[in-house]
Amino acid sequence: MKLLTHNMLTSKFMKGVVKGYPLGIVASEVKEVAVDYNPDFVCRMIPKLEWGSLCSAADSIGKLGDLPKELPENIESNQDFLKKVHHLLMEVEVISGNLICPETGRKFPINNGIPNMLLNEDEV
Amino acid sequence: MIPTPKLSHLTSEDYNDVYEPAEDTFLLMDALEADIELIKKLRPSLCLEVGSGSGAVITFLANVLGNSALYLCTDVNMRAAFTSLKTGLANSVDVQPVLTDLVSCLESRLQEKVDILLFNPPYVVTPSDEVGGRGIEASWAGGTNGREVTDRLLPLIGKLLSRTGLFYLVIIKENIQDEIEEEMRRQGLHMAVVLSRRSGPEQLRVLRFSRASDPVPVH
Repeated sequence: MKLLTHNMLTSKFMKGVVKGYPLGIVASEVKEVAVDYNPDFVCRMIPKLEWGSLCSAADSIGKLGDLPKELPENIESNQDFLKKVHHLLMEVEVISGNLICPETGRKFPINNGIPNMLLNEDEV
Repeated sequence: MIPTPKLSHLTSEDYNDVYEPAEDTFLLMDALEADIELIKKLRPSLCLEVGSGSGAVITFLANVLGNSALYLCTDVNMRAAFTSLKTGLANSVDVQPVLTDLVSCLESRLQEKVDILLFNPPYVVTPSDEVGGRGIEASWAGGTNGREVTDRLLPLIGKLLSRTGLFYLVIIKENIQDEIEEEMRRQGLHMAVVLSRRSGPEQLRVLRFSRASDPVPVH
């Protein structure tokens, strides 16, 4: 699971959960993969992101580095910044661990890099 | 012609639990190929396949569009999600599977963000009690009119699609196309039939839905 994917996941579908976002990450295995850098893609993805959630997710697995907590201006011309965002979104993968609902504490396991957001029958 | 993704990494054991690409799968790929110039013009950055199974279709799309988009896919079948991941890797593309019911865990974050949405649903008419499993039967069992699963996703489409987003849906004749068109019209979405094909007893179609009656963007 890439941090870009994590940015799109919520537990709002659970009964009684209001926002369910962002999901906490407790990672037991994280790996880094090389992905071709596409600055245009990063620029177009940034408006679709919840920036604060990306920062907290990166921080929780020790990958925040010097990424600014506030989205800077004029990102299109800031290659250094875009490369950092590319790395975080596309090259950092959580292989195993848990995602945690911020309201109920319900754990959603990640195995083989795939988050399991299915509920048990007694939870539906 | 765009090549079909490599699937030689999949074994008969995989196909015990995961739907093997068949005529419906290939018709959806053919429809995407027929529309590929349109799809490229829209410059999609977020693509989502619901119920990706083997992962052949989302991998096909990723092969064509390259690293200019995020390719999310969902399934309720654990083995299918893993197979989708493997199919992406075998074809050197990044596919991001999530185990979830339809779009449950993505719906609230993807409002008006999905550029290409794909669904080859369980469309076979079956008794209703065959619907709702998490094994291979979830890939075909569609309940009454073969629509029970499709009908849970359709009401969400208008909210998920981006301004120029496209939704591709596979149906068979028994699914009652007119009713689907009417439901989508209520959400302000226009329908077009991209391809039709007869395969044994199945009269398959791929439908495309968009906000504009002519989905070509204005530049």
